[in-house]
Amino acid sequence: MAVKFPSDEWIKALSAQLNASEAYEKSARDWEGDFVFVVEPDDAYPETAYLFLALYHGKSPDAAMVASEDEREVEYVLRAPFSTWRQVIEGKLDPIQGMMTRKLKLKGNMMKIMRYPKAAQEIVACCARVPTDFG
Amino acid sequence: MWYFVSPEIVFGEGALDALDELEGKRALIVTDATLVELGLVDRVKVHLDNAGIEVHLFDEVEPDPSVPTVRRGVEAAREFQPDWIVGLGGGSPMDAAKAIWVLYERPDLEPAEINPFIRLGLRQKARLITIPTTSGTGAEVTWGIVLTDPEEQRKMGLGNRENVADIAVVDPAMAAGMPPQLTADTGLDALTHAVEGYTCTWHTDLTDGLCVSAARLIFQYLPRAVADGSDMEARERMHNAATCAGLGFGNSMASMAHAMAHVLGAVFHVPHGRAVGIFLPYTIEFAASEAPDRFAELSGLLNCSQEEGEKGARALAESIRWLCREIGSPTGVAEAGIDREGFEEQLEKLVEDAFNDTQMVTTARSPAHDELRQLFLHAYEGKPVDF
Repeated sequence: MAVKFPSDEWIKALSAQLNASEAYEKSARDWEGDFVFVVEPDDAYPETAYLFLALYHGKSPDAAMVASEDEREVEYVLRAPFSTWRQVIEGKLDPIQGMMTRKLKLKGNMMKIMRYPKAAQEIVACCARVPTDFG
Repeated sequence: MWYFVSPEIVFGEGALDALDELEGKRALIVTDATLVELGLVDRVKVHLDNAGIEVHLFDEVEPDPSVPTVRRGVEAAREFQPDWIVGLGGGSPMDAAKAIWVLYERPDLEPAEINPFIRLGLRQKARLITIPTTSGTGAEVTWGIVLTDPEEQRKMGLGNRENVADIAVVDPAMAAGMPPQLTADTGLDALTHAVEGYTCTWHTDLTDGLCVSAARLIFQYLPRAVADGSDMEARERMHNAATCAGLGFGNSMASMAHAMAHVLGAVFHVPHGRAVGIFLPYTIEFAASEAPDRFAELSGLLNCSQEEGEKGARALAESIRWLCREIGSPTGVAEAGIDREGFEEQLEKLVEDAFNDTQMVTTARSPAHDELRQLFLHAYEGKPVDF
């Protein structure tokens, strides 16, 4: 059954996909750094949503929809309008290209994230495996 | 949404004359000692003198330029306060010049922080001119910067589209003295840019034609340029091909052959062009079984084969091996002089670092960890890829 995006259920489903992915585990086995994904309102979605995703050594030990950007202490905040997130999840926008064109805005240590492009790709692959209802 | 960035390009015989018209006060030439000895730096200085521009030389750039070298170059720039930085040489001096320029303008940044996701706000203190003396790297028109971290034996892919040069001077006379081996190595680099720029997942309508045009020129003129360095028609067409390929892949992306070559170069110091030329056919064969279409299309456009699908893609790989043999370049890692024991000792590092190279994200077929390991082993032995 499709899971609504954005929601607590959706980010937990993504976390489960990451934990089941051998490719992600290998590409991110040294990674330490949690994220908050900020879904900004646009014509297709009227609210702001905050999705917390813990990432540690190739696994995702925690995930939740949270009330604000600051509710959890994270190393990275990635923000984009709802429709841009939809393009990423559906595989229509490469997240790295999205960041290069600043459709996705990343706050955090760039030097570190540049060393894990494959892990970023695997996260998107896992997103695509979550059956998603965009409402 | 995507961008196409390019310097103003002055090309062809006599292109250096354009420097006579340059407006400015001080130019820092970033180059290497060999080019000073060969007299190529003097050729540029004459034109800067004509323009009334004071010149200071930073000639310490080594092959695979390191972060400490770039820091010394930044120090030289801070002392001299240039309003032009001139990257003169092959890829190493031009990449070093880009990094020196960025850090001269932005002293708050570390070299590893030069990334494509931020605004740099360049051109407040200086602008950049690139003048290639090899026909391959394309660095004169790309914004990518490759620096080596000597502590980690790792090449870092850096850059931001703002740090593309303002002017690229592509004068074939500057490459006319290349010896055959360097001509072959750099020509294969250009070919790999053209093929990967055309076949990577980030290719665009604006870059496809440049890549095809470059690949055609290279198949036609590289053997001539290697066989007879005084063949100025071949030299000029190769010089143009390298710039076309640079515009092509620089505005799309390179791919897996580059990822594998970066780590081989960092660990075993195989010249970059030779390394990408070795790996390119293997990566094409790897893609052929699952994502052959772009490779087969290119194969047809280059008249390598009119077959579709996997057969067409494999024909392209074989044509590239033919070209390598034609110009006396190795088609396997062992043939490049790396002993098996040393290679196997480093194999896990090669796989790990290639897996996490930025160029790996645009492959037509993404390898699993073990597949990448197998690819390295096949390339070592010169065995066509069949998985």
